[in-house]
Amino acid sequence: MLPAQFEYHAPESLGDAIALLKQHGDEAKVLSGGHSLVPLMKLRFAAPAHIVDINGIPGLDYLKEENGVLKIGALVREADLETSDVVASKFPLILDTAKQIADPQVRNRATIAGNLAHGDPANDHPATMLALGAEVVIEGSGGERVLPVSELFVSTLTTALASDEIIKEVRVPVPPGKSGGAYLKIERRVGDFAIVAVAAQVTLDESGNIASAGIGLTNVAPVPVKATDAEASLAGKAPDEAALEEAGRLAAESCDPTTDNRAPAEYKRAMVKELTIRALRRAVERAQGGK
Amino acid sequence: MSEITSESLGGIGQSVKRKEDLRFILGKGSYVEDFYLPGMVYGCVVRSPFAHAKINGIDSSEALKVPGVMAVITAKELEGANLSWMPTLAGDTQAVLADKKVHFQSQEVAFVIGETQYAAADGAEAVEVDYEELPVVVDPFKALDPGAPLLRDDKEGQKDNHIFNWQAGDKEATEKAFQNAEVTVSQSTHYQRCHPAPMETCGCVADVNPGTGRTTIYITSQAPHAHRTVLALVSPLKEHTTRLVSPDLGGGFGNKVPVYPGYILATVASLTLGLPVKWIETRSENIQSTGFARDYHTTMELAATKDGKITALRVKTLADHGAFNAQANPMKWPAGLFSICTGSYDIPNAHVEVDAVYTNKAPGGVAYRCSFRVTEASYAIERAVDLLAGELKMDPVQLRKKNFIQPDQFPYTSVTGWEYDSGDYEKAMQVALDLVGYEDLRKEQAEKRAKGELMGIGISSFTEIAGAGPRKDFDILGLSMNDGAEIRVHPTGTVTARFGVKSQGQGHETTFAQILAEELGLPEADILVEEGDTDTAPYGLGTYGSRSTPVAGGAAVLAARKVREKGMKIAAHLLEVSEADIEWKNYQFQVKGAPAKAKTMAEVAFAAYTNAPPGEEVGLEATYYYDPPNFTFPFGTYICVLDIDNKTGEFKIRRFVAVDDCGTIINPMILEGQIHGGLTEGLAIATMQEIRFDDQGNCLNGSFMDYLLPTAVEVPNWDLDRTVTPSPHHPIGAKGVGESSNVGSPAAIVNAFVDALSHLGVTNIEMPVTPWKIWQLLHEKGVA
Repeated sequence: MLPAQFEYHAPESLGDAIALLKQHGDEAKVLSGGHSLVPLMKLRFAAPAHIVDINGIPGLDYLKEENGVLKIGALVREADLETSDVVASKFPLILDTAKQIADPQVRNRATIAGNLAHGDPANDHPATMLALGAEVVIEGSGGERVLPVSELFVSTLTTALASDEIIKEVRVPVPPGKSGGAYLKIERRVGDFAIVAVAAQVTLDESGNIASAGIGLTNVAPVPVKATDAEASLAGKAPDEAALEEAGRLAAESCDPTTDNRAPAEYKRAMVKELTIRALRRAVERAQGGK
Repeated sequence: MSEITSESLGGIGQSVKRKEDLRFILGKGSYVEDFYLPGMVYGCVVRSPFAHAKINGIDSSEALKVPGVMAVITAKELEGANLSWMPTLAGDTQAVLADKKVHFQSQEVAFVIGETQYAAADGAEAVEVDYEELPVVVDPFKALDPGAPLLRDDKEGQKDNHIFNWQAGDKEATEKAFQNAEVTVSQSTHYQRCHPAPMETCGCVADVNPGTGRTTIYITSQAPHAHRTVLALVSPLKEHTTRLVSPDLGGGFGNKVPVYPGYILATVASLTLGLPVKWIETRSENIQSTGFARDYHTTMELAATKDGKITALRVKTLADHGAFNAQANPMKWPAGLFSICTGSYDIPNAHVEVDAVYTNKAPGGVAYRCSFRVTEASYAIERAVDLLAGELKMDPVQLRKKNFIQPDQFPYTSVTGWEYDSGDYEKAMQVALDLVGYEDLRKEQAEKRAKGELMGIGISSFTEIAGAGPRKDFDILGLSMNDGAEIRVHPTGTVTARFGVKSQGQGHETTFAQILAEELGLPEADILVEEGDTDTAPYGLGTYGSRSTPVAGGAAVLAARKVREKGMKIAAHLLEVSEADIEWKNYQFQVKGAPAKAKTMAEVAFAAYTNAPPGEEVGLEATYYYDPPNFTFPFGTYICVLDIDNKTGEFKIRRFVAVDDCGTIINPMILEGQIHGGLTEGLAIATMQEIRFDDQGNCLNGSFMDYLLPTAVEVPNWDLDRTVTPSPHHPIGAKGVGESSNVGSPAAIVNAFVDALSHLGVTNIEMPVTPWKIWQLLHEKGVA
C-alpha cells in the first residue's frame, strides 16, 4: 500500500496550478479531496510523476446562490453540501446525494468538482448533475470555458478536460417553484459505490402535470447516463403510476450495465427501472410540497 | 474488616471493565507494527500474478539497483538452509518461496529487503520473474477429474489432486436407515470461502542478533509457543535462545494460527544481514495469501419418519484446501470436529465423509472463530433441519423440539463418537421464542403473505464443541493441546499470572484475573495477567477454537488451588492450629467453627516470604498444565426476523435474538461483547462475504473495496439472553463462548431468508445471500 515516487507541488494560485499541469502534461494529476486518486496510487494502479495539490489555493471553497444559479467552487467538500441552507431548501436531490456518498470521513475531504472530474460512472454526482442540467466552468492554459455536464464524460475515467484544465466551478440552475428531486441508491454496504443509483428531478406545471424531468443513472454504463428518452416521456404528463412506470422502463432501456462483483447485469437493469419509478415518485411528492 | 465477596474482588460473574481497554483507547497499545528496533530494515514480498505458472527464472539485478535496496532473497538462497519449503500444521509442505512453479495468485516468489519500506516496495516491483503459464484448477470438483493437471508434482507419490478421504459414523447402518425412511431430504450447499480479516494484518519484526546469539521475533501469533517449536524444528534456530513475543494483537480469528512464509523470510533476512527486519502485510496480501476459512461443498441429507423423528443423517463434503494443505486442524482429525454435525439432535444413524482436494488458490482452511470445522457442521445440520421441516410442513420449532437430545440423556454419546457434557436445548430455545414473540410473528407473517409482503423467521439451535483438547487424541504436530498457567503471589499480596494462551482481543487480562480473584480471594485489580512472551509464559498451544477458558481457564483454577494448598499450611502456622483445622471459606483461610480466626491470602502471602513454616519452601507460586478430560459443548438458540423488499430484494433484519448457554459466565459484559462480535461476523458471512476467483484463478475481491465488512448501519440490534448449564467436568463449569455466535448465526440468517420465500417454493439460497440473489428468485417466481 505504498505509492510509487512522485514530486509534490502545492501551487498557491489557479494560474500556477495550470502552469504546472501544462508543464508536466499527462505525468501530472490534480489532488483535491484525494479520495479517488490516493487509493489508486497506494495500490500502484496509478503512478503519476507529479501531484499538483490545489488545496492551498485560496478562493475556491465558495458555495453560493447567485442570479438563479448555485455556484460550487472547486474546493467545496461533500460535507459542505450536507450543512448548506440553500442546498437543503432548494436542492433535495443534491442533499440526498451528498448524504449517500461514501462515509462522513470521506465526505469531509472529497469535493464535488473532483467527483465529476474523475469521470467515474460509479461516482454519484455525475447522475445528479445530469438530472439537474448543471454546467462546469473549466479553466486551462487556453482560458475559461463553460461545458454542460452532459458533455463532460467521454469514456470510463476519461472526460473532456484537457491535461492542463481544472474544473473551477460547478453551476447548477436553481429549479423553479413546484420542483423536487430525489436520489436513490442500492449498495452492497453503506459507503460502497452504488450497485445502481438513480437521480430524478421534476418540475410541475400549474395544473400539477410534469413540466420537465431530469434523470441521471449511476454505475450502469461505461459513462454516467442521462436517461433522455425517459425524461422526454414524462413531459406534459400527469405524474401517475403509469407515467412513472413508462419512464422506468425507458430508463432501463437506456443503460448498459455489466456483471461484476456488485451484481449481475440483469439485476442492475431491473433496478434502474424500479429505482427510477421510486425516485420519480419521491421527486413528485417533494415537488408537491412533501418532504 | 469488611466481608470479602465475589463482588468486592471482581470475581466470577462480575462485569468488570476490561483492563486492556485503557491503553487501546489512549493509543498506548503495542502492536507488532509499533516495534522499531535500532538499525531495523524492511522486507517486501514479491508475489505471483498467476495462479499456476512455471518459473523459468528470476532476475533481481534491476531490483538491486533501486536506491536503498539491500538484498533480494529467492528460493535459491533458501535452498542452502533447506528452508525453501516448510511443513504446515496439517503435516503437508508449503513453499516459503516458489522454486519451480507458483501454485496460487499472490504466492510468495521473492523477498526484497530495503533500508525503508518504500525502497523495499520499489525493489519488489523491479524484480523480474519469467513465468510460463500452466493450466489452472479453480473448481474443486474438476480437480478430481482424471485429466486434471497435477498441481503438487513436487510431492513424491502424489498422482492426483486428492488430499484425503475421512469418514465418521456408520455407513452401512445409515444407508439402511435411508432405504427404509418414510421421508428424506437432500440439499447441496457451499459454505463459501471467506476470510477472518482481522483489522491488524500479519507481520513480524525478526531480530537475529549475531552478538548475543539470541533471536527475538515480535510476531502476530495466536500461538507463540507452538510457533517457536515449529521454528526450532525446521530451522537452525534453537528453542531456548529464540524468543517469540506476540504483543497486542488486532484480532486473529484463526488467521494468526498458521506459520506464514513472511515470518520465515524476515528471520532469514535478519540472519543474513545481521539487522532486525520488519515485514508487515498489506490488506490485500492478508486477504489474498493468508489462511482463508470454510470452502466446504456439502451435500446434507436427512431421513425421518412422517411425524418428524429424524432417523439418519448423511453428509458428504468436498473441501477445497487450495494449493497446500495448510489448514489448522488437530493431526488425527483432518476434517477437524466436522463430525459434530449431528448437532443438538438425537440422531441414531449418521455417516459423514469428507474429501479434500488441491486447487490453485491460497492455502488455508483455518478455524475462523470456529472450533475446527464446527461452523461448517452447524450450518449443515441447522439448514438440513429446516429443509426437513419444510418437506414435512412442520413448524421448524416443533421439529427441533421433537429431536433434541433431552437433558436426562447427558452425558450423551453421539453416533459419531462425541460425548456431549451437558445441555438443555429446549430451555434455551424457549427463552429465545418467548423473547422474540414467536407465535405472534408467525401470525404476522401469514397476514403479510396474504398481502404479498415478504417476511422471514429463521431459527438455529446450534451445539458448539470447544476446548481442544484432551491429549489422548488431540495434538498439533505431536504437541499435546494442553495449556499452562503460572501464578506468582508476591509478598504484598499482588499477583503476576502468566499463560500459554494468547488474547487477540478476548479480554484475557480481565477474565483470567477474575478467575484468579475468585480462587485466591485477592482483588482482580491486584492481579496482572501476562501472555505472549515465550521467555516468560508457560508452555501452551495458544488461543483459537474457544479453548482459552476451557483449557487455560482450567489451568488457572488448578494452579490457584495449588497456591491455596500451600496457603493452608502457612495459615495453620500463623493461626497456630493444625492444617486439618483450616478451611478455605469466604475467600480466606478460616479456622473451622471459628470464622473470626482467619487469615487473608494477602496475609498468607506476606508470611510465605517472611514467616514460612519450618521445613516449608519460601514463596507462594504454582504452575499447572491442564489436560481437559473432554471437550465442552456450548449451545444456544438464535432467531432472526427479517423483511424483504419484494421488488429489489433488499432486506432488513428487524430482530435478532441470541440465547447462549456457555456454562459458567466469568464476565457478563465481555461475554456480550464476544457475542456481538461473532454475530456481526456471522451476518457478514451470511450476507456479504465470499472470496471469489475467475476461471484463471484471479482473486476477484482481494481488498476491503470488494471483500466487505459490515458497518453499524447493517448490523441490527442484538437482543441477548442466556441460560446457564455448567460443564460438569470443567473446574468452574465454564464452556467458552468466543465462537458460538459465529458458529450459530449464519444458519439462522439463511433460514430466515429461505423462510421468507418458502411459500414460493424456495428451499435454499447460497451464502452470501444478497439482494440480487433474492431478486433473481423473486423474478423466477414471477414476483419481481
